[in-house]
Amino acid sequence: MTLTPTAPEAVGAQLEAHLRSRRAAGRKLLVPYVTGGYGDDWVDVVRAVADAGADAVEVGVPFSDPVMDGPTIQRASELALAAGATPGSILDQLHGSDAGVPLAVMTYYNIADHWGLERFASELAGAGVCAAILPDVPLEEVGPWTAAADAAAVETVLLAAPTAPDARLERICARARGFVYAVGLLGVTGARSALAATATEIAGRCKAVTDRPVLVGVGVSDAAQARQACTVADGVVIGSALVDRLLAGEGPDGAARFVAEVRAALDAG
Amino acid sequence: MADPTVRLTDPGDAGRFGDFGGRYVPETLVPACQELEAAFRAAWVDPAFRRELDDLLRDYAGRPSPLTECHRLSEQLGLRLLLKREDLNHTGSHKINNVLGQALLARRMGKTRLVAETGAGQHGVATATAAALLGMTCTVYMGEVDIERQALNVFRMRLLGAEVRPASSGSRTLKDAVNEAMRDWVATVGDTHYCLGSVMGPHPYPWMVRELHRVIGDEARAQCAALLGADGDGVPDVVTACVGGGSNAIGIFSGFVDTRAELVGVEPAGGAAVGRGVPGVVHGSRSYLLQDEWGQVLEAESISAGLDYPGVGPEHSWLADVGRARYEQVTDAEVIEAFQVLSRTEGIIPALEPAHALAWILRASDELSGRTVLLNLSGRGDKDVGQMMDVLADRLAEERP
Ligand SMILES: Cc1ncc(COP(=O)(O)O)c(C=O)c1O
Repeated sequence: MTLTPTAPEAVGAQLEAHLRSRRAAGRKLLVPYVTGGYGDDWVDVVRAVADAGADAVEVGVPFSDPVMDGPTIQRASELALAAGATPGSILDQLHGSDAGVPLAVMTYYNIADHWGLERFASELAGAGVCAAILPDVPLEEVGPWTAAADAAAVETVLLAAPTAPDARLERICARARGFVYAVGLLGVTGARSALAATATEIAGRCKAVTDRPVLVGVGVSDAAQARQACTVADGVVIGSALVDRLLAGEGPDGAARFVAEVRAALDAG
Repeated sequence: MADPTVRLTDPGDAGRFGDFGGRYVPETLVPACQELEAAFRAAWVDPAFRRELDDLLRDYAGRPSPLTECHRLSEQLGLRLLLKREDLNHTGSHKINNVLGQALLARRMGKTRLVAETGAGQHGVATATAAALLGMTCTVYMGEVDIERQALNVFRMRLLGAEVRPASSGSRTLKDAVNEAMRDWVATVGDTHYCLGSVMGPHPYPWMVRELHRVIGDEARAQCAALLGADGDGVPDVVTACVGGGSNAIGIFSGFVDTRAELVGVEPAGGAAVGRGVPGVVHGSRSYLLQDEWGQVLEAESISAGLDYPGVGPEHSWLADVGRARYEQVTDAEVIEAFQVLSRTEGIIPALEPAHALAWILRASDELSGRTVLLNLSGRGDKDVGQMMDVLADRLAEERP
């Protein structure tokens, strides 16, 4: 299926509304992850994957100690930090990047906390970022952040992991905004040769308790796996598999080719 | 003046010590932390569990550890120096107290594998030891830099049947070993217990590890009462310990927090989280943390692998804020001096970590004049002899006739 390009008015609209409307149009959702500040052309990469069929883009703001990330994203983060990237410089560059799709930022709590939660939320909003993902802030600790984020109209995506009992999943899905990030496996980010059985399982469990978009991330590594995850999920987040290509020097064109390939597989599904 | 009304309390479901602590972990680990907290709460009030742990501490680890009065050094310094001899425990440091408790708890929870981080290798050796004792498998993460400077302990861990995996990212020291251990646990949480080595990390670790080291302070309190009781209230004037994550320090502090004793934690100048950090969140809790202007965690730099850590346990941050403990800093050069002083004057080769606390005593001997000072000698120096051989080679050569 084809969709008309996103109208400019939709940019900066809330992530969840955007994803819901695309889902309603029968589309499977694709959110690539790009490490902010890795490579001089990283903003071009964001635009390229958006043009290649992403429904939103997740931009990583590198942290020195990314405990939820495997070797690929660790490496890209380290290189970005070594090149001088800061949360400030990344948001500056995102501002006016004109990607044409909603942007979400993924970072760790200390980055937000150190800047100041209110300030960080308003900086995100000011840079045109709709949503935030803080993978080391579980439900019990998220209150201070969601208060700041809600006030700035920044949506807080929450992770739902296979280890959560049903009652906990329900509470997570109720508090999440933007989408529910269903963690596809027990483990950290990184490409895997096959989709874990837990991927469709956790997607199904989430979808049973929420009508928010449910995207599977962590360990979704290629077009076939994305399609398989989307037999149950509303969409996928693809991180390490894309960043591996960037680390290999494929640049915006290579990133776009990969995303287009996944897009085509999802649309053919 | 020390405030004897302060208490080290149960931090509750939220795991808070004032503003510090909490449970900042990936969602995957939350149920595991909750399960661990519930298991520890149940075990800690279960007489059968306590008896099994106490038996192991006595018959296997060699507790109680003695209290040694340093007559020669006391005379030289013009004070009364007492050592709590955690260096005499099985495996050579205080770490075994915590590890035996966690390993028993892990077994009770049906876990078959232990994963741990280690800096100096003492916690790794202790964990490998407990795993061997209880027939569990064990993986220890250690920074590449530390693998090099603590080669002997790496060999020990392997001898004990543990797998030692290098942490090769970031500063390649303790901080990165913690990252790797947490990543491992995220992937293996079903059958694996993360045997964290200090009073840091997500709730319930800071509290649980403190409770498991409380035995140091409880013993020392009774030993001081016996030794000093005739002359006064049986309490030393000052209680001091080195602080990396802060487990040996909180262990001995817990026996004296409700007394008039002054509590002094000693940090390495290159890793002084309380002394030079600002509150932040890493490795599961909020605490003082060395970080840059954007909140990136800085690399610590210390001669001692066990203290080479940019954070500190949250309860220490709280003790500092409420003023019940104070935190001093010493340089590597002062530590090298203290390491030799204790060796030559008392015939006790200390680990580099507790040599930090002695280094502070040497520097502060004027302030401490005439007072009774209890130092937690958290470990023995065997592991550091190789490293110190290089450091001291020139100096010893010069002294040769
Ligand atoms: C002998 C000894 N003391 C102290 C420490 C530091 O840990 P903590 O501050 O938790 O006591 C270590 C850590 O490796 C150690 O080996």
